[in-house]
Amino acid sequence: MTDVPPVGTATSVVARLLREKKEHIAQLWADQPLFQAVFTVTRDEAVEAGRAVLEALAQVAESGRVDDIAAPGFAMIRQQLAAMSTSRTRSGLSIGQIDREVGALGAAPAEFLEDASGDTDERVRARLLWSELLATLRVVVIETALQENREIVERQRQQLLEMATPVVKLWDRLVAVPLIGMLDSARSQVVMENLLEAIVEHNATMAILDITGVPTVDSLVAQHLMKTVAAARLMGADCVISGIRPAIAQTMVQLGLDLGPVTTRATLADALELALERQSEQAKGIAPRH
Amino acid sequence: MQPGASSVPVLDLGGILLISIQGELPDDAAVDLRTDVTLAVSETGARGVIIDISGLDMVDSFLARVLAEVAASARLLAAQAVLVGMRPSVAITLVELGLALPGLETSRTVIEAASRFGVEIRDRGDQPAARGTDRTPT
Repeated sequence: MTDVPPVGTATSVVARLLREKKEHIAQLWADQPLFQAVFTVTRDEAVEAGRAVLEALAQVAESGRVDDIAAPGFAMIRQQLAAMSTSRTRSGLSIGQIDREVGALGAAPAEFLEDASGDTDERVRARLLWSELLATLRVVVIETALQENREIVERQRQQLLEMATPVVKLWDRLVAVPLIGMLDSARSQVVMENLLEAIVEHNATMAILDITGVPTVDSLVAQHLMKTVAAARLMGADCVISGIRPAIAQTMVQLGLDLGPVTTRATLADALELALERQSEQAKGIAPRH
Repeated sequence: MQPGASSVPVLDLGGILLISIQGELPDDAAVDLRTDVTLAVSETGARGVIIDISGLDMVDSFLARVLAEVAASARLLAAQAVLVGMRPSVAITLVELGLALPGLETSRTVIEAASRFGVEIRDRGDQPAARGTDRTPT
């Protein structure tokens, strides 16, 4: 056998082998932790998933784009890979560990390639191609897992934005916002809008911004707070900031942050007391009718 | 400039002037209003000026300045100006523009603003200002 193998022989060898031995490899894979732990209901399910991955890999090999993570073959199994990596992440594995598990899938087909007929050169080329294909699969899995994580983070960020800014009515014509967590531009904008709407709705003469739950106050956060206070004042409501913890007070002084004319109180209770005092003062301003 | 040149009426409530701005207020109308208010304060000797802007859905930097000027000139004539009924969107815009109008008094409603000057406007039979603190049954 001296004839030069045609271009792409290695790819067709790998593709053919993956298809021929699909059943066999899928059975072997089903016992690997990656498949076994994800498809816990029946073994058939794991085998079926293995078949799908093998078919996709065969298609990628055929297309000759073994080093391309955007190869059309991968698109078919992307969702399945996402489900698998999510499931493994939930059981406490890091992305690195998942990657090793995917890498371990390479052993079975590699052995079959070793045993395949053909000359040594061809076998070596096929092995190299398979290694490359497996490396690409690993990248695809990592990429999918990261994408999944990004989506989770984005979803939670959105939920946080919606949930963490309730405006509560504390007393007649008195509203309060208990701020929890870090205050960034987007959140402070939401807080300001919600507070101003609540001032209109409850006809509030006073608003309390409680920052007990805000971990740190830097110049940006202070600026956001002062903007909110200024906007509330323009609407005709006094705004008091409460819940500045001693450590935060010290940091603010050290940073040279001045809240200017803003009234502050140590606790929400103190702010409530002040608000009720002011209301009774206002009430005294008008003589009762009877 | 003759008094009454502005399209916005200046109502005398007996010691207090009430100005309710409805719809858009063009720049020249705003300047006319400033003149009107100043003249009206000096004529009536009013001690308070209530400017209701609940009908405005936009206040630009010029109008904000004019309002501040109305307040400042009223103060020179011993009258206190109170800005009433600003909408949330207007407040946000002004704050973002850096126009927090520090010298201007503000109130939520005309009733509240009037009560600052000792004038009681009641929309119902109850006592609006006594709510909240006097909850105990008598």
